[in-house]
Amino acid sequence: MMKRLIVTTLFWCALPASAAEPDGMGPLRGTGDLGLAVERASGSVVLLDTTLRRAIGRIDGLGDLSHASAVFSRDARYAYVFGRDGGLTKLDLLTGRVVKRIVQSGNAIGGAISQDGRTIAVANYTPGGVRVFDSQTLELIADIPTDSKVVGIEDAPGNRFVFSLWDKGEIWIADLSENPRAPRITRYTDIGQQPYDALVSPDGRWYIAGLYGENGLAVLDLWAPEKGVRRVLPDYGRGQERLPVYKMPHLETWAVVGNLAFIPGVGQHEVVIVDLDRWTQVGAIAVAGQPVFVMAEPTGRRLWVNFAFPHYDTVQVIDVPGRQIVHTLKPGKAVLHMEFTPRGEQVWLSVRDADRVDIYDTATFRKLGELPAASPSGIFFSARAHRIGL
Amino acid sequence: MTRFVRQECGFCHGLRLTGGLGAPLTAEAMRDRPIEYLEAVIQHGIPGTAMPGWVPHLTPRQVHWIAERLREGFPP
Repeated sequence: MMKRLIVTTLFWCALPASAAEPDGMGPLRGTGDLGLAVERASGSVVLLDTTLRRAIGRIDGLGDLSHASAVFSRDARYAYVFGRDGGLTKLDLLTGRVVKRIVQSGNAIGGAISQDGRTIAVANYTPGGVRVFDSQTLELIADIPTDSKVVGIEDAPGNRFVFSLWDKGEIWIADLSENPRAPRITRYTDIGQQPYDALVSPDGRWYIAGLYGENGLAVLDLWAPEKGVRRVLPDYGRGQERLPVYKMPHLETWAVVGNLAFIPGVGQHEVVIVDLDRWTQVGAIAVAGQPVFVMAEPTGRRLWVNFAFPHYDTVQVIDVPGRQIVHTLKPGKAVLHMEFTPRGEQVWLSVRDADRVDIYDTATFRKLGELPAASPSGIFFSARAHRIGL
Repeated sequence: MTRFVRQECGFCHGLRLTGGLGAPLTAEAMRDRPIEYLEAVIQHGIPGTAMPGWVPHLTPRQVHWIAERLREGFPP
């Protein structure tokens, strides 16, 4: 009797899964080689297959996708896309459909998924604050007003979200480990003027915020948050001349190789090398323009760098051990983003004004292919599902 | 030029110019600003904010054109 009951229960549980089997996208498949590219001007995304090197679908109706980004569910099936207009859209990579879409604020800048995968947090400009949603249903479960634009929201171990307040110069930790509906907030004030973006190191230990209003970085040790935020690298930043910055560098994908971090200079035409044991600058590599993304191949051997206006037609590749540029590519105007396949044999670049996503072999720098995409910006592969701080 | 404003300014002000890290550049927000003020901001930026000066990359005529369009509502 007991056995039969279990069998019946299992069968019943299996029903929704089979009902949700892919339709229109072929037979059963995995999602580990899938991803998406944001089409920023048309409010759509292109679904990508990195094995076939093809677009396998397009999803429209996602609103204003300027500065859009995406995170992935822990089973790597669903993508959550954060739009400028406060839109939060849950996509199914297998069926190529929108599962649910909400507009959760008036103006937003990105989001993160918790370590346990149960909650999604969105950083908002208007109204300033963070809203937390159930990742299954997108039901609002916590609202954290900050009275400031929120930037640099990251997930951290222990089901915490860490974020910075642009207008107030603060870092907050929202700890959801006890009760996601009532996050425990820790505030750090006077961390520096105008934090503009942040990252969590790949090991989940350091939350590092870049400062626009002054030199230096604000660093919080998430293994010892009681020690507070400290300021490091007093010479890192825009310098005395306050160079104009035509596009804010992105820090989230800071390249960390061994004990060294390679970070974009602010306003400067250089990649700065930082010793993470001592938090000191140990070098700089001159590059073609103001870096936006400095991304390490998954192996850590090389860095790929793209640039702000007016040098955004260029990508440079830096050899890490040699600390020098080994290749310069000119894919076309406005290379906005780069994404490596999970093991790093390919890099996919979005070339906005050419309406193309280009695929390069990272070993030979040979172009492997190109896909049409309308004004593509961010490219996000599902392997991000299993990395902290993205 | 329209594309330049939508795309490059759009990084901070949003593709729809409804604001982001930068202020909204909608007609409602811009209408009452003197044209000379808008031109000065585009050319020289606003110290203490993230707004850079674009003077090395735009001619005075282009700046004037952008400022005028912003006041009447920037074309799509």
